[in-house]
Order: sequence, then structure tokens, then C-alpha cells
Amino acid sequence: MNAPRFPNVTRRSLLLGTGALVVSFSLKDHAFAQEGELNVPAKPPEPVATGPKLPGSLADTPSLDAWIRIDADSSVTVYTGKAELGQGTKTSLRQIAAEELEVPPASINLITADTAITPDEGFTAGSQTVQNSGTAIRNAAAQVREILIQQASSKLQVPADQLKAQNGRIVGPDGKSIGYGEVVMTDMLHVDAQPKSKLKSPDAYEYIGKPFARVDIPAKVTGGPAYVQDMRLPGMLHARVVRPPSWFATLKDIDTASIKAMPGVVAVIRDGNFLAVAAEKEFQAVQAMRALTDLAEWEETPRLPNEQDLPAVLQKSESEQGVVAEAGGDFTGGITTFSAQFMRPYQMHASIGPSCSVAHLDNGTMTVWTHTQGVYPDRKAIAQMLGMPLDKVRCIHTEGSGCYGHNGADDAAGDAALIARALPGRPVKVQWMRDQEHLWEPYGPAMLTKVSASLDVSGKIVNWKYDLWSNTHSARPGSAGALLPGQLMASGFPPDKPVMNITPLGNGDRNAIPLYSIPNMRVLWHFVADMPVRVSSLRGLGAYANVFSIESFMDQLAKEAGADPVEFRLKHMEDPRARKVIATAVEAFNWSSDPMPEGRGRGFAFAKYKNHAAYLALAMEIDVDKETGKIRIPRIVSAVDCGEAVAPDNIRNQTEGGIIQSLSWTMYEEVNFDNTRIMSSDWSTYPILRFSAVPGTLDVHIVDNPGSPYLGVAEAAQGPTSAALANALANATGKRLYNLPFSPARVKATLGV
Amino acid sequence: MKLNVNGSTHEVDADPATPLLYVLRNDLELNAAKFGCGLGQCGACTVMVDGKAIFSCLTPILLLEGREIKTVEGLGTIDSPGPMQQAFIEEQAAQCGYCIPGMMMRAQALLQSKPDASDAEIQTTLEPNLCRCGTHMRILKAVKRARELMKTAAMAPASGERKV
Repeated sequence: MNAPRFPNVTRRSLLLGTGALVVSFSLKDHAFAQEGELNVPAKPPEPVATGPKLPGSLADTPSLDAWIRIDADSSVTVYTGKAELGQGTKTSLRQIAAEELEVPPASINLITADTAITPDEGFTAGSQTVQNSGTAIRNAAAQVREILIQQASSKLQVPADQLKAQNGRIVGPDGKSIGYGEVVMTDMLHVDAQPKSKLKSPDAYEYIGKPFARVDIPAKVTGGPAYVQDMRLPGMLHARVVRPPSWFATLKDIDTASIKAMPGVVAVIRDGNFLAVAAEKEFQAVQAMRALTDLAEWEETPRLPNEQDLPAVLQKSESEQGVVAEAGGDFTGGITTFSAQFMRPYQMHASIGPSCSVAHLDNGTMTVWTHTQGVYPDRKAIAQMLGMPLDKVRCIHTEGSGCYGHNGADDAAGDAALIARALPGRPVKVQWMRDQEHLWEPYGPAMLTKVSASLDVSGKIVNWKYDLWSNTHSARPGSAGALLPGQLMASGFPPDKPVMNITPLGNGDRNAIPLYSIPNMRVLWHFVADMPVRVSSLRGLGAYANVFSIESFMDQLAKEAGADPVEFRLKHMEDPRARKVIATAVEAFNWSSDPMPEGRGRGFAFAKYKNHAAYLALAMEIDVDKETGKIRIPRIVSAVDCGEAVAPDNIRNQTEGGIIQSLSWTMYEEVNFDNTRIMSSDWSTYPILRFSAVPGTLDVHIVDNPGSPYLGVAEAAQGPTSAALANALANATGKRLYNLPFSPARVKATLGV
Repeated sequence: MKLNVNGSTHEVDADPATPLLYVLRNDLELNAAKFGCGLGQCGACTVMVDGKAIFSCLTPILLLEGREIKTVEGLGTIDSPGPMQQAFIEEQAAQCGYCIPGMMMRAQALLQSKPDASDAEIQTTLEPNLCRCGTHMRILKAVKRARELMKTAAMAPASGERKV
């Protein structure tokens, strides 16, 4: 990576402006600007044409009619390139559009990611849906409203400034009104957005920030079709893939005649190491898959590292070093220096529903229904894999089970397309089995971090060195080599070469820079290009391990300084919004340094996600059973500031979910493997949090900032939760855990009982 | 063979070894019960048979002739949701929602046999069911609310009032 990605914004300049971070993403390379976790070819960024930047995703797709359509019957359709992943997108985007268009949210027809009809907004990832798509739709809606008013003005012969939009009509002072549908004309909205919009002021909001029930829940709790798994097309076949037993395994010769003779089997497809079966009925496909699994013989290669030895393996595998931040340069000051090392294992998305997709090759066009996070990049990868022109492949986002990053969705879409190509005219549904999801999805990368810092005589941090070892956290599609079937098929597309990208959005280095005021600082990413374990983005990317490390270490330093952990943080925090969120959480929790009963502890942690998204502070109380190593959590209190709160209950839902998921990662989760095979193949070999371990109470307080920009929130809790638990554990037992997860066995061993 | 699902009898043409889940989802086109693991480890496929919660992914239909099978579709409709469904809507107890029907059926089985189940019993009963989005707190709240709504619904005909 030779060319600088952000010529005007360096990490250094960000650091110096602590607390007032202004990032300008004036790049036309929009897929990158969407997310910042992509492997982007090393080419210089192409600046946007002259003129001020358009808000949100309007910068990439400026035409108003790409976002909003109004028909002659006054019906309103809103298009988003983002997808519903269970995070409430279909609801919050309706609230935003309805606010500016002055129509009821429920009346809006919302179309989500579809390569044939919606804008290309890259990936639905990085907590950026409301931030990017929401901002675009909000501004587009406001501008459409003003155009409608202008048109109505000439039709009604009333000056525009005396007209207002109201419930789908433009209304004049004398009660004269005209419906939206009566003033629209062909191509009226086929104009580019302006940089400035006449947005409603927060005190006039009807929908933004108001309680608003999720639109998708009623169908989901009454058996309505809601997921790609629920699709049934006429003549649809059911397919199953047979995966190799391990990475790098190759399939020997195989005679599949016995499988083809099984009841209902329509085809057995082999292409290199890609193996699949399609049948008329689903259980026939499952039975054929089992028989084919028994029949197939593979040559396996032991290439996995010793999992006990991961910290050393990561350090040995370093291929490149990148400076994430540098400030000051005096690392000799301070009276005492402390250091620590933290480790995060490979962890998985492990959605409850394994990946699924439906594909249909019809008249030379391949249509793929997929729960991918990015329909456009997925289409590109599938088209390349099949050798088809881009315009002959259409990807339509259809909901799947919970999505927490780059999971098996794109691969399943590739599987379905590859199988459907062999069976033209018949739709094919591919459903992965549980072990296939566990063994083949890309994992969140293992990470090693080392930190050292010095305190001066007043107990202030004077210098800070932080080193992290990590793979890239993005191996997303765009190319066929990012798809499992693309890699497995005979023509074997190679995976993209991993590239270290250091940008303000962060990747493995996300949240590696502490938000605290520290005069001398150096943060390095020791980039590991290759590891024999498949990795990509998992909710929060590097932020989970980095915040775990930084916030654990802050508590350690506080203890060395003889200070209360919250007080110690505030002593190093200038950002007023951060201070307010911390104060809100602490007050709601009734934080104190008073002694606790034996085995009980309290812990606190804070982070501003990506250092430019939502602020989140969290405190918890835990009980540790020294005999069993089990952790119970009586209560958790958190506070979050994500700018203007569009959908408060949804923010709470996402934050509660983030906290509980992070507790699960932190207490239980670790992918296990021997030197050849991944061993974590189901819920017994990869346990996650169950109901018996949920906190007694979990409160989320929203610090609302009406009128201020939206800050991505859905991933903000992942990091702070882990550190608060580590800090509570140290507080309860006097012993700190540096290696994730805090399994009962590890807790017990650390306590030495 | 004949299967009794949600009060109606269905003639099903399938291998008797077929797990109930596939028959519900494909032959009867019922969406609620979900495939999660096929191993009885996650509960996404949970339905009720003769009032008890079972894993439909593990139960072959040959065991089910003449027994009463109930799925989320049998609890109410989108226009007239039953108490369990109403409770989940009121508490907004879903993120992706994939695990929710299984949760509802396990909770329904508990509350049908034990209308006064304690909070602790609810929590213990749901142990076999996994949620990955972390919606646990809301799921617990929804089941507690369902406990109240089910009581109200049960009392309504006796007092001559109907719940709107």
C-alpha cells in the first residue's frame, strides 16, 4: 500500500484534535467510503468533482429519484441500498423519510438492497445505515418536499412560502390543497440533490425520536414469510453442499451413480472440490448429502497452527508494520512504567439460522436471493465466478437469520448460483447445515495486543505504547476468490491478497487509539497477511479486542495510581460528550468505590466507537463463584450518545443485544482446532450464552442530542462490555484475566482455587 | 399419513422418517418453525406436541400420527394475534427474529400447563433455546407479559367480556 488513502486526514492530525474529530470522506471510491474495511487496490483516491460534498450516500448517488418515487396515486416509495439485518432498518428509515415527506411512516413502501432497482450503498455494515443511508434519505426527502411545494405553488396560484406539506398533500392558507400525486410529473425528481436541504427542526418532529413499533415484528411472530429460508418458488429444488472435512483438503475421484439413484435426487454437482446435491424434496437432499459425505474421500493437509501457541504464531507471522498513531515522542518520562499483554481467540458469528440462498437461472439471467450485506459486491463476485456479464446477474437482499458481519451469506449465494447454473429453469434453494456454518464461515481474527504506559507523580499518564498483531478484518466479496465456491471450484479463484489499510474508520486497528489525552503516544499495527484460518469482519472488527485491552489497562493504571477507575478516566478525558455519557452511566449505576462483599465486584468501561461514532459507557456488578469459576451478573447499566436518537427503542434493543452478545464472546467463545481440522462444529463444541447466564437487570440510558448528526450505534457495546467484565472480575477477586474468553475453567485456574 | 396440525388434519405424502420440521415448512408451507441446527441444541425448531415442547428437527413424523401438533401459526394471526404473539409485539422482543417462534412455543407449553409459572421457572424453561442477537432480556419480559395476557384471555369468556 503505497498511496495514502486520506491525503488530508492523518491519524496524527486526528489525535491532535482529540474530542473534535471531523473526518471528511470526499472519496469517490464509495464502497470504501461506506465501510473502510475493504481491501482496496492501491490506487490514489479520486477526489469528488468540485463543489461541496452531498450529505450521506447522496455523495455517491445524487439523483433524487434514485431514493424517492412518488406515483400519480400519491403513493411514496423509498429506496435504500442498505439491508434489514434485524437491526430495524426498515423501520428507522421509514421514520426518517416520513418526517421530511410529511406522510405516515406506515404508508411508505420501502425497497431495500436490490441490484436491479436500489442505489449502490456498498455494504450494510459498520453501524452506518442511519448515518449514511438515513442521512441521504432525509435530505432527499426534504428536497423532494420542497420541489412538490414549488410545483403546487404554480398549480394553486399560491406563493410557495404560504404552502406546507401535510399528510401527503400540499396545503395553502385558505385550506386549498392538492395531493402529491397530482403535482408529480415525469422526471420531476430526476435531478441531482443540492448540498443543503431545508430540514425540519427537532421541535417539529412527529416521527424521529418517537416510539415506533418495528414493522417487521408482527409477521415474524405470526409465521409470515420473513426470511430467504421461507421462500418457496414454483418448481424449486432443494440443494445441499458437501464441504471438505478441513481446509486445503482435495477431493479424490468419486463415482456418484449411487447418489444419483437415490429417491428424488435430480443432480450431483462436482466442480473441483465443490460438491453438491439437488433433490425434489428437502429431506431427500439431506439424505443424499449424508450419503455423499460418506462416499467422498479427501486428501487432507495439516496446516493449522497450534492453538495453544497463538500469541507466538501471530508475532512470528508479522508481514508488515503500520503506524496507526504517533504523537509527542518522549517515552522516557514518568516515574513508573507498567505493561500488559492481551489475547483474543478466533470467534465466530454463529448465527442461529445457517446461511441460505435461492438462485434461479432463467433465460440467461441469474437471479439470486441472498442475505448478504452487500448485493452489489456479491453480484460482482458471482458474475466473475460464473463468467457471466454483470447485467445478467441480479442480487436481491432477502432477510436471513441475524447478521453480525461477513458470515456465510455470500458463500451460500455463490453455492446457489453455481448449482442453479447446472439446472437452468429451476429455482434452487441451498440451506447450509449447522456444522457447515460453524466450520466454514469466516471468523473474527485472533488478536494479540501489548500495551505499556508510564504515570507521573500526579498519577497522570505521560506516555503510551500500544502494539497489536492481527490479520485484516475484511475479506469480503467483490471478487470471486472471496467466495467459498469460487475457491473450491476447479478453476479455483484465489482469495484476494490481504492488504493493511490504516484509515480513520479502522480495521484491525479500529479503536486502537485511546480517546484519552496522553501527550506521548505510539500505536502500531503488526500486520499479519496470512494465517491458515479464514477470517473476515465480525461486529466491531478490531474494536472488541482493542477496547478490551485499553479499558482493562486503564483500570490497572488507575489501581497503580491509587485512583477510582472512573475518576482516573475523567482525569484524562476532555471530550464533553464522553464525560457526559460516563457521568450518566455512573450516576444511574450509583457507582462508588465502597468495599463489596466477598466474591462480588464492580467494573466500568467506556469507548467512543471508531473514535467517531457512538459514545458508550457501561458499569456492571458481578459475583464470582471461586469453586466453579462461574460468573453471575446481577446488574448492568449503560449510557449511550449516538447523536440524534431516531428510534430510541431500537437503539436500546441494539445496545442490549450488543452487550449480551459481547458477554457471550467474553465468557465462552473460542474456536478450537487441531493441526488439521476446526473442532468447533456445533453448539456443544462452541457454546454461547444461554438464558441461565443473562444479567439480572440491564438498563440502557440514551443521552439524546436532537438536531445533531447520527452516530452509528449498533456495534458500540462490543468493546466496553468485555472490559467492564474484566474489570469487575479483577475488582471481585484481585486477579485480572488477560486472555479471552473468561471460561469457568480459566477463571478457576487464574484464581488458583 | 395423516398429521393433525393446528387443529386441522393434513394428508402428508412423505417418507415416515422425515423430521416434522421439513414437513411443516415444505409440505404444509408453515414458516414459523425454523431450521437452526438439526441437532436439538438450539430450539429454533420448537413446536408443541400434545401440549409439550419438542424439537421438530429431531422428531420423525412416524411418531406423530394422531397427536396434536401446534405451531406459532396456531397461536393467532397477524390481524388477530394470540396473547403470546401480542406480548412479543408489545415488548418489541425481536431483533432478527429467527429464534423467536421457538421461544414462543416453549413458553406457550410452559404457561399452558402452568399459568402461574414463576419468573425463575420461565428463565429455566427457556434454557434449551438459543438467541444470538442478545434479545434475551426482552424475550423474558415478553413471556412474563404473555403470562398475564393469557390469564386475561382465559378469564374473558367467563366474565362475558372479550379482549379487543
